[in-house]
Amino acid sequence: MATETLARPLSSTATPPAGARSGRRMSPGRIAVLVAAALLAILWMVPFAWATATAFKSETDAAAPKISWIPPSGFTADAFVKVFQDGNIPLWTWNSLYTSAAITAITLVISALVAYALSRIDFRGKKILMTVIIASIIVPPPVLIIPLFYQMVALHMIDTSWAIILPQVIHPAMVFVLKKFFDQIPRELEEAAVMDGASRMRIFLQVVLPLSRPILAAVAIFVFIGAWNNFLWPFIATNDGAVLTLPVGLQTIKSAYGIQYAQNMASALLAALPLILLFLFFQRQIIKGVATTGLAGT
Amino acid sequence: MSSVATSHDSDGQAGSLPGLSRQKASHQAGAGGTRARSQGSRDNISGWAFAAPFLAFFLVFLAWPLLYGLYMSLTGKSLTGANDSLIGLANYTEALADADMWHSLGNTLYFTVISTVPLVVVALVMAALVNVGLPAQWLWRLSYFAPYLLASTVVSLFFTWMYNPQLGLINDSLAKIGLPKVAWLNDPGVAMWAIVIATLWWTVGFNFLLYLAAMQNIPAQHYEAASLDGAGAWRQFFSITLPQLAPTTVMIVLLQILASLKIFDQVYQMTAGGPAGATRPVVQYIFETGFTGYRLGYSAAISYIFFGLIVAVSVIQFLITRRRSA
Repeated sequence: MATETLARPLSSTATPPAGARSGRRMSPGRIAVLVAAALLAILWMVPFAWATATAFKSETDAAAPKISWIPPSGFTADAFVKVFQDGNIPLWTWNSLYTSAAITAITLVISALVAYALSRIDFRGKKILMTVIIASIIVPPPVLIIPLFYQMVALHMIDTSWAIILPQVIHPAMVFVLKKFFDQIPRELEEAAVMDGASRMRIFLQVVLPLSRPILAAVAIFVFIGAWNNFLWPFIATNDGAVLTLPVGLQTIKSAYGIQYAQNMASALLAALPLILLFLFFQRQIIKGVATTGLAGT
Repeated sequence: MSSVATSHDSDGQAGSLPGLSRQKASHQAGAGGTRARSQGSRDNISGWAFAAPFLAFFLVFLAWPLLYGLYMSLTGKSLTGANDSLIGLANYTEALADADMWHSLGNTLYFTVISTVPLVVVALVMAALVNVGLPAQWLWRLSYFAPYLLASTVVSLFFTWMYNPQLGLINDSLAKIGLPKVAWLNDPGVAMWAIVIATLWWTVGFNFLLYLAAMQNIPAQHYEAASLDGAGAWRQFFSITLPQLAPTTVMIVLLQILASLKIFDQVYQMTAGGPAGATRPVVQYIFETGFTGYRLGYSAAISYIFFGLIVAVSVIQFLITRRRSA
């Protein structure tokens, strides 16, 4: 599946499918499809729009019993100013950014290494290792929270970024995705390096990895989004405001701000912004990455 | 060059006999046998060396907690450190007689059933609409998929605000078209549906992308042949697209079931499991017995009952997919 999709990447312009192919221009059918797609898109944009409208209101207008998209006393950025003055959102964004980056980097390195061994090296115990890794795909993270918490207490890692990072770097499904990709790389490409007497590590670094950029990007995107948005484990592993990630920090805001609706929405929008911006810039890569790893990854 | 390539192909096939195939490969050298043997032991070392970093994390942060959790479930361990001794299967027998455990498990299953259908059907509809070759492809993908990029907390903030009984956008809209107001998150009969709606909005874009990718992999000739036969778009969808998507649909449904069974975030954030436990999923019950009730051993036992459920579904998935590929 993985390589099939990679070989035929989703392109946002090409692929004229059924309707377009039949040569009709704006038939009633196509107009109906366009209207239906547009209605769904508008419906899907409403929560963003309403959150934005609320965030730019004064708290009084936001809580006014007469609901309006345009507030009587005009739009204001007060809520954003207040949220920034609290200073938590930038700190939590930074925490999320560097823990997610660390999780992604460590995951990529250790997964690519083991996937290469599983794909290319004949070593004793390889079949067992492969079976164990595939079997572990089914372990759901919620099952591990109780023993992991106990373990983190013993390791004195509770309330540190290590507690957030370390347990999130094991992605057996991604090892499998990488291994399948490495399997497809023709071995002849490595032959020249073998002739030159290059070590396994040099072949891996200089031949295999450069050929694997698309799949590495796909895995990185998938892992990063997952880490950025993970709630349950960081919520359990950290209580200290200084190391909280964005999703967990936001949960504390909810109880702290209570009925400050404009500030709630301003915080939520600020928390949503980084990945939405990333998506706007790397739309094609993200869509391709999710479609490639998605079926194997959940 | 070509002889080297073929010898390596046979190397790949004879994976269980590395020594033999290497011997063939090293025909250019004199002492084939010894070279092959030392190559074999070098492979053993480098193989495990490449696997070592992953294996270290795997053992410490997955295998060990998994086994230790099983051990904990057989003890009376608590956060207060009261009773660490082995108590056999007492936690499990208690859990199986625990009405709250069954209620939360029932909520999880209920959510899984009523969320999987819309999450698959709406995703299919979205993909089918977009795949008709609409203009501005990026716009549709952005609209449908963007919510998937949000943290659960953001989704919960958005929807708690929209569900607000007095000030919420949804009840206001209902009132405008003459419908009665709904106490979305406060009505035990409605709260789970409110969670499903929020979840649909949040994660349907993921299934939508999987469907869209699968649709674009359907060979164009199928449609061309059907067009020549005079089949319209509607016919083509039902006689070509849907059957071609069957394997994808099976995978998406199974992955969605597994994902829905793990429900926790949105519920905890939007209703905290209420009203009166009407939405509390089993993962939240695990969390509460462990961290609010301090009963780690008991909580570990419930974790393993939940794990058993996931394993059962995964085995079904495995059997279905294997039959398909066989």
